Amino acid sequence: MKISTRQIKTATILDVSGNIDMSNSMEVRKALLNEIRIQKATRVVVNLSAVNYIDSSGVASLVEGLKASRDLGSRLVLFGLNDSPRELFKISHLLKLFEIYDDETQAMASLAPSV
Amino acid sequence: MTPVAAKHTRDTKKRLPWNRAFLLKLELRSHPGLLCVIRGALAPLMEMLGFSEEQVREIIRGVDEAVANIMRHSYHGCLDQPIELYCNRLHRQSNGQTEQAIEILLFDCGPAVDTTKLAARPLDEVRPGGLGLHIIRGSMDTVEYKRAGRLNRLRLVKYVHPSKSGCGSKEEKPS
Repeated sequence: MKISTRQIKTATILDVSGNIDMSNSMEVRKALLNEIRIQKATRVVVNLSAVNYIDSSGVASLVEGLKASRDLGSRLVLFGLNDSPRELFKISHLLKLFEIYDDETQAMASLAPSV
Repeated sequence: MTPVAAKHTRDTKKRLPWNRAFLLKLELRSHPGLLCVIRGALAPLMEMLGFSEEQVREIIRGVDEAVANIMRHSYHGCLDQPIELYCNRLHRQSNGQTEQAIEILLFDCGPAVDTTKLAARPLDEVRPGGLGLHIIRGSMDTVEYKRAGRLNRLRLVKYVHPSKSGCGSKEEKPS
């Protein structure tokens, strides 16, 4: 699993690739919380289009990131959920909890008024 | 653990109305880095057995969460404890039709699970963690826990083509 970060205007995009499970979900958590709490990013976009599998610990990391962003008044947006991650979000009743978009264009457009 | 788990499997076979065909056995240590190995082994097997792509994902998800739970809760993060996974193909004739299923047995040597504490958290709570059991139950047709001697046994079953009434209701009661 790899995580890289890039900046588009005021949005920070985390590109995640590989599978997220118990062995590496802490890296996702650490990267997310670093951007939200340490870097004080106000708009964090997580690109999951190269993630084919995510388990409950990976989802927990994203939920923790979401809670942190809400606490600090920032936004956390996801895009590019493949079948397995989307199914997991669905059975965990998380599809409505997160802002989820199909692709980066849509995700960035959702931030457009403020980016 | 192997002889005990094998004996338990043989004993269980005598009580089941199903014909069981052994397919795969994995012995692994409780290292999270091995979860991807389990997923990688099970996916092609389930495809070969005729499960749909969505069902394969469900099986992988259920087993992955179950093994992760063993690593996290039964072995408390110790990386070198034994876990055994058996895959058996189940089939039986029912009303002139053949029902097919996969049975996955997971054995570990951790302390007995307090079944009164096996409760998935409410999904309307926005907090990390506590989703594993919910995901296992949501992914598999049958989920049974049993203490077998000094072993924990988790039995997961998934039907290839569940009927609308739910094949799981036809199965034997937890032993």
